[in-house]
Amino acid sequence: MVKKQKLIDRTNAVISIKDLKKSFGDLAVLRGVDLEVYQGENLVVLGRSGTGKSVLIKIISGLLLPDHGDVDVLGQSVEHLSTKELMELRLKVGFSFQNSALYDSMTVRQNLEFPLVRNSRNLKRKQINVEVESVLEAVGLSQTIEQMPSELSGGQRKRIGIARTLILRPEIMLYDEPTAGLDPITCIEINNLINEVQEKYKTTSIIITHDLTCAKETGDRIAMLLDGQFAIQGTFDEVFASQDDRIQSFYNYNFTQ
Amino acid sequence: MDPNTENPNITPHKYVVSKRLDNMFFSIYHAYQFVLRFFKEVLVPPYEFKEIIHQCYEVGYKSLPLISLTGFITGVVFTNQSRPSLANFGATSWLPSLISIAIIRALAPLVTALIAAGKVGSNMGAELGSMKVTEQIDAMEVSATNPFKYLVVSRILATTFMIPILVMYTACVALMGAFLSVHSNEQTSFAMFFSQVFDTISFLDIFSTTFKSTVFGFTIGVVGCYHGYNSSKGTEGVGRAANSAVVAAMFLIFVEEIVIVQIVNAFR
Repeated sequence: MVKKQKLIDRTNAVISIKDLKKSFGDLAVLRGVDLEVYQGENLVVLGRSGTGKSVLIKIISGLLLPDHGDVDVLGQSVEHLSTKELMELRLKVGFSFQNSALYDSMTVRQNLEFPLVRNSRNLKRKQINVEVESVLEAVGLSQTIEQMPSELSGGQRKRIGIARTLILRPEIMLYDEPTAGLDPITCIEINNLINEVQEKYKTTSIIITHDLTCAKETGDRIAMLLDGQFAIQGTFDEVFASQDDRIQSFYNYNFTQ
Repeated sequence: MDPNTENPNITPHKYVVSKRLDNMFFSIYHAYQFVLRFFKEVLVPPYEFKEIIHQCYEVGYKSLPLISLTGFITGVVFTNQSRPSLANFGATSWLPSLISIAIIRALAPLVTALIAAGKVGSNMGAELGSMKVTEQIDAMEVSATNPFKYLVVSRILATTFMIPILVMYTACVALMGAFLSVHSNEQTSFAMFFSQVFDTISFLDIFSTTFKSTVFGFTIGVVGCYHGYNSSKGTEGVGRAANSAVVAAMFLIFVEEIVIVQIVNAFR
């Protein structure tokens, strides 16, 4: 599937990050990150393993607290929200985990129902079934509804993980390494799914990856995280036209692999 | 801090001891915060009734076969071991009284709590630990569900409710085992055996056992959930969480037993 060029309104930032710093003990992971993500765009954050890409989206979703800086999501400062306000914000921010994080003890149906039932307690069984079947159809896995996560392949688990976040109809999708550990064909399917989700649900997405094919196919804009800061932001071609040795070596290494 | 360069008066040995003490006090503080959070969350809606009932089933019903067998064997063995000593004084008629006091006051709560610590505590440590390291707990959190309330509060309430019930059940099964042993050796009737049992035990015995079992149940739940919920370092961490949950729970059960017995004896 060829990525279509989209018109992005650059005045409407749904995520705005200023001078974000985060350390773990003596290890400074993020060292002053500035970023704006606009309504309706797919932003890909590229970088080597251990550069803090996942830390960045965990801070955006409120799973981790920043040491310094401002993180505004949909106009709300994440670090200053009360627990209740953070819960309400999380309904609008979907998070797809690297290892899918499906609940082992539940079937696919129960996995998908779980966030829905807990957040819309007055929903009737019929409505729940309709919602579950609708998102399963969106990820193309209707036949797996009664299966356990252990019976699914890696790609199927990723899709169900995405379906579980979609069921709450989020405005923002955060994908943590969506293609990690998958074969090339499944990677293409996941990349297509990310684009389809964006088109169908009109989401704004941040896609964390070190897979350049995924970045090229899904990203409207690429931000390269190097040494705890964004070294460059732009389209795929703009980023890799850079003469920065670190960016070139990342590009060359990925494509020679 | 590097022990060899920063301060010559601090030897590596002292450094290790002080670091361990630091860690110990930090763990105690951390556990205290965990318990405090439980009491804050338990009172605030929404209440996870369905999950509490599910956990009660897991803790109570699924422990029944093991508890039944252990309780029965405890009753039979304790009776058989006590008989020769009482026989020396010609006091075998006191067996039902002795057995009832031992079972109701000490054996039933202790045996049940220790078995539950091993079975339920390790299960909670491993289950929550594996959920933690596979990011399932984070997944709950980002889907706007409070994982502490759903996973921890429900499990602690389940052990707190179910352990006293299991203790009463163990006491009944152990007394049945004891009766069979007494009946086969002394030809004591069912009615006579149990009338002597109920004559011996008092309201204070029942009350103290129920109270003690509730404390044991709460401890097993808190310790199991604490170690599981805070596990890290992958699969190794899961194993360690399960192991620590059992060891710590058993240790605390014995400490609580000593303290509660002293307090109850003051009222006796």
